[in-house]
Amino acid sequence: MHPILKLVLQRIALGILLLFAASAMIFGLTEALPGDAAQAVLGQGATEEALANLRREMGLDQPAITRYFQWLGGIVQGDLGTSITNRLDIATSISNRLGNTLFLAFWAAVFSVPLAIFLGLLAVRYQNRWPDKVISGATLATISIPEFLIGYVLVYFIAVQLGWFAPLALISDSMSLGQKLHAIALPVIVLTMVVLAHMMRMTRAAILNVMQSAYIETAELKGLSTFNVIRKHAFPNAIAPIVTVVMLNLAYLVVGVVVVEVVFVYPGMGQYLVDAVVKRDVPVVLACGVIFAGIYISLNLIADLVSILANPRLRHPK
Amino acid sequence: MKDQLDYYAGRVTAGKMSRREFMGKAAALGVSAAVASTMFADAVQAAGPTKGGDLKLGSIGGESTNSLDPALAASQVPYANLYHFGETLVEVAPDGSIENRVAEEVEASADAKTWRFKIRSGIEFHNGKTLTAEDVMRTIERHSNEESQSGALGLLRAIESMRVDGNVFEVTLDGPNADLPYYFADYHLMIQPDGGFDNPAAGIGSGPYITELDEPGVRHLFRRNPNYWDSNRGHVETSEVIVINDATARMAALQSGQVHVANRVDPKVAALLNRAPNLTVRNASGPGHYVFIMHVDTEPFDKNELRLALKYAIDREEMVDKILRGFGSVGNDTPINAAYPLYTEIEQRAYDPEKAAEHYAKSGHDGSPIILRVSDVAFPGAVEAAQLFQQTAQAAGIPLELKREPGDGYWSEVWNNQPFCASYWGGRATQDQMYSTAYLSTADWNDTRWKREDFDKMLLAARAELDPAKRKAIYADMGQMMHNEGGLIAPMFNDFVNGVNTAVQGWIDDPTGDMMSGTYSSKVWLAS
Repeated sequence: MHPILKLVLQRIALGILLLFAASAMIFGLTEALPGDAAQAVLGQGATEEALANLRREMGLDQPAITRYFQWLGGIVQGDLGTSITNRLDIATSISNRLGNTLFLAFWAAVFSVPLAIFLGLLAVRYQNRWPDKVISGATLATISIPEFLIGYVLVYFIAVQLGWFAPLALISDSMSLGQKLHAIALPVIVLTMVVLAHMMRMTRAAILNVMQSAYIETAELKGLSTFNVIRKHAFPNAIAPIVTVVMLNLAYLVVGVVVVEVVFVYPGMGQYLVDAVVKRDVPVVLACGVIFAGIYISLNLIADLVSILANPRLRHPK
Repeated sequence: MKDQLDYYAGRVTAGKMSRREFMGKAAALGVSAAVASTMFADAVQAAGPTKGGDLKLGSIGGESTNSLDPALAASQVPYANLYHFGETLVEVAPDGSIENRVAEEVEASADAKTWRFKIRSGIEFHNGKTLTAEDVMRTIERHSNEESQSGALGLLRAIESMRVDGNVFEVTLDGPNADLPYYFADYHLMIQPDGGFDNPAAGIGSGPYITELDEPGVRHLFRRNPNYWDSNRGHVETSEVIVINDATARMAALQSGQVHVANRVDPKVAALLNRAPNLTVRNASGPGHYVFIMHVDTEPFDKNELRLALKYAIDREEMVDKILRGFGSVGNDTPINAAYPLYTEIEQRAYDPEKAAEHYAKSGHDGSPIILRVSDVAFPGAVEAAQLFQQTAQAAGIPLELKREPGDGYWSEVWNNQPFCASYWGGRATQDQMYSTAYLSTADWNDTRWKREDFDKMLLAARAELDPAKRKAIYADMGQMMHNEGGLIAPMFNDFVNGVNTAVQGWIDDPTGDMMSGTYSSKVWLAS
């Protein structure tokens, strides 16, 4: 077997093992929260009798271990189960929201990743001069401000005062791609601002590191312009750490944007997960958790593979 | 100038002058924009409803766990949805009287035990079937049977038997109840085809709008029902309920015009919002109230002198000012206010540290701190309200100690368990319902442990009494009794506060329920 294929298979197997561990941990933690789904659904209106009825109906009278393995039995057959609060099929409910989340993450990535890398290259080119300082300062400022604040500020000025975009990012299937992009413009801007600094700083640092090497000096001596030196010689050799940080940020765009979803009323996975946690709807929490964990693990897998492929020494091991 | 303005207003009413023109003419006459805007709204109002347009509500209280099943509705979004596609037998009108809807006539037997509802003919469900008395009976059956999880179950326990007699639905109760029509105005009891037994969450009813899109936790879209029986309702072409749980996002959507109406406006921002030219903040004083509740059977609250001391030691005016920012009214230590039918005013109790100290001395309390449990979830501003209470009590020499409890689990661990805590009540349609829910000896939610045989007897006597004057007198006595001896400290009644775009016409400040008692979408229209 080709060593790279073997490595991929090893990594995938490890990933699946990690998923099981994650699901057990999520289950344990939701069990540790005070109250249960029946209590959360009935709220102030709970009476002893109604609680007992609802618990029986939700299957909460079974021991926790039994419930976990029932769920596990379903998921290995590809069945995510049904929500215990509204009894809807989880797979159907999730597919729409996951689609929305990926749509937003995709467009945020389309704008932020090239922009971050380009700004990183620019910062190296003008290292320690004013463009570098402006880029670093601005991106650090946007990452330091909480994202909900950036969101509210944009909503107030751009949506309420200027009226260029709508404050709520409402999208539906009947909209054209252009209308959808117009609707999600503000959350995409916020997300871009939030993830820009991390990727840009990493690009800058990784390339500067390579710039110290002897072959860069050779390239300079043979008369290449600074930007071409960076583009042709420094960047390809700095790609591994950059890809790693880009993947981390992509994962964040998928799993970490619940605050942005709330501010812009975007119907994504984050809000769905939060509703489920509040109502102690364990099957939904588990399903969302496993999907999020799966996305994280696969993006990291891709990052590892890219860094191996980008490095000739790892690509052709002795 | 007055004549000229009247003339212009008349032109608006006749549909011959636009808002812009009117505002311009009014400004030329030296009328301020705010006044002119109100005059314009009045003139448009006088012109009567116009049909068409897309009405949008931004609402709190929606989750991805919501269902269209009327039995399960418990928060604002499902509540708004129900009044789009559904209709109840009767409704509570803004003045507190009963308005007939699906029922054309309501009639009680002399002993108030048997009630006959004559069903209006010619009403059609959205699936094309004709609404019959049979459907009505099946609906009530579904909400009152053994397996029911309906929020209306408690109300319907008193039903002994039901039958259909031609186009009449007849209910017999296990005891007399003069308030029965109010039970059937409950928002859970939307009439569904075959009572909704086959598919309760289908969103099919006989209401003024037909369900078009149902995305729980995101939005719900309804289109005008062309076959609706009442031409005075259902004016807009589509009505959309958009879930916006975040308060800031809801206000931004309202300000930018993305939604026409936003509910649950925070009193803190209401004044600022009211300054925006395109919207007004509308408030109606409802039956909801914020409370501090004492268990009258538990030390030290079993002594009425101590209860009175605490009641005199709270500054209700200050709380309405600081916690509700004026969007509410002072309470008077009973759960009833002017929003209820048959209400009698009782002399207002005011903050009086001297009287409080006097009662406190008489109670013989040993001076150990009295523990008041509180949490943010008890009601908006509960912790601050408790701190105000602590300060005013201290001025009367009463040592109040606050204990902050976590919000998670507050309703299961603290409320209805601990002897002194903060809480809220949403109120009910009638005094009978409010007292039966929380102050009858046998009530599940008797959160002040108020168990008084004489009080129970008065409640049952009032329930059986068909003469409003006599009932009113009994309720007045009951209110006085709670005011003097009850375990309830009710500092304030909170208003329903909603933000409404000026394009929305026909809005009523309805005290009987939030969002015009749920019926906003069928009563308002959009100015063209």
